[in-house]
Amino acid sequence: MPSVRIPTPLRKLTAEKDEVSVSAANVGELIETLESQFPGIKNRLCDESGNLRRFINLYVNNEDIRFLNGKETSLKEEDVVSIIPAIAGGLA
Amino acid sequence: MMSFVKGLKCKECGEEYPKEPLHVCETCFGPLEAAYNYDEIKKALTREAIQKRERNIWRYKELLPIDADPAVGRSVGFTPLIKADNLARVLGVKEIYVKNDGVCYPTLSFKDRVVSVALSKAKEFGFATAACASTGNLANAVAALSIEGGLESFIFIPHNLEQAKIIGTTIYGANLIGVKGAYDDVNRLCSEVAGKYGWGFVNINLRPYYSEGSKSLAFEMMEQLGWRAPKHVVVPMASGSLLTKVWKAIKEFEMLGIVPENGTSIYGAQATGCSPITTALKNKWEIFKPVKPDTIAKSLAIGTPADGFYAMNVMKESGGWGEDASDPEIIAGIKLLAETEGIFTETAGGVTMAVTKKLIEQGAIPKNETIVICITGNGLKTQEAIADSVAQPHIIEAHLEDFEELYSKIKNQEEKGGTQDAISSHTNPA
Repeated sequence: MPSVRIPTPLRKLTAEKDEVSVSAANVGELIETLESQFPGIKNRLCDESGNLRRFINLYVNNEDIRFLNGKETSLKEEDVVSIIPAIAGGLA
Repeated sequence: MMSFVKGLKCKECGEEYPKEPLHVCETCFGPLEAAYNYDEIKKALTREAIQKRERNIWRYKELLPIDADPAVGRSVGFTPLIKADNLARVLGVKEIYVKNDGVCYPTLSFKDRVVSVALSKAKEFGFATAACASTGNLANAVAALSIEGGLESFIFIPHNLEQAKIIGTTIYGANLIGVKGAYDDVNRLCSEVAGKYGWGFVNINLRPYYSEGSKSLAFEMMEQLGWRAPKHVVVPMASGSLLTKVWKAIKEFEMLGIVPENGTSIYGAQATGCSPITTALKNKWEIFKPVKPDTIAKSLAIGTPADGFYAMNVMKESGGWGEDASDPEIIAGIKLLAETEGIFTETAGGVTMAVTKKLIEQGAIPKNETIVICITGNGLKTQEAIADSVAQPHIIEAHLEDFEELYSKIKNQEEKGGTQDAISSHTNPA
């Protein structure tokens, strides 16, 4: 399963876990699955219309999904997804 | 002193926060910005009130986000605005001014402004330690102004910075940490340190206060122009923050009736080797492709610009534009400003100068309207970048006849157009 790195400000929602594994075929699905496991997380990542918030960066193996296929970006078993608040910086 | 700041507000979702050392919205991760009570400011801040005050950034204090009297940077600001007639002739424009923050007190860059506001606020919050992630100029300003504030300082820089910027930091007794990596790596590390150590990081948890200090550059510019906003302003961009604050300052003065509306257009300048904002602008992208900087303009080398989105909006909304300049163009820009106006700027100023020339040649900036270019740093700090591009001294024996021989050689060359070639080459568009 792809793994997801969770930044500090969102760890309250993941019972302080900094990395979780989520079964999903693409990034959009991954966000929905995260939401079902950790309710409230989707609202922090996406705005009312479901678009990724401007100051949230999602990386699949170090490439920003905005330069891949956005939420349609497909995921493989060994992929690592990082959630990085743009100006909060890093994973801390 | 009465407080004119209501609190902090998220630029993205509008959520409001109290005046605290916070810079990111807890809900949407957007940046926080100081929110003012403009109705009260309108009653207090007039041209007459400003003119009675000392010539420093605090003459506009109602529009700066501090609540107590300023504790740091009490003599900072009010740098010259030069009417650059020689430069105007070379560029073929009617009226161009240079706002020269290369002589800002005390560390010769516009960062003295922002740090004065950030550290005055840090004193209000009760911080004992000041810190920053820096490309150099900010390091100098934090190190020097921490002395005035009686603060300890920890300063993080990319390990390959110019020597002058290193010495200009450690001389003040600052703790200087060179991080192996680019500015963006330094910044990421600092976010982690800021979360852990409880320091006042001027460009992290104090950023909403710090960034407002940039407005003072534009307030001064308008006052020095005779209480008017220019038609065109060219601003260098690293994070893009300065450009957004120049725009905000103009809008605030117009809204308060201190200057008449003038439809100012704002233009952003980047180095080609680190141009995420101008690249996005030219390609009509809504997003930024992070870059690994490769340019001599190290003070602008931020590959993931925090305010890039807002800077791009300002350039579009104001009817301005953006351009970038290659390393050779940057060096030519530094020389152009030196040879026409006697102003030696650092590489960032070379970027601004080169981009201004380009935008005028492209017709993006018209030739018959008032232009101001913002020169933000001093050339003495980045001498390595141009050392190989400037003339070396003529070495002679200490004999009058040796000098006379040399003198006639120099005069001969001049007659052939030798020494004058620097200036005349700029008058003939290449």
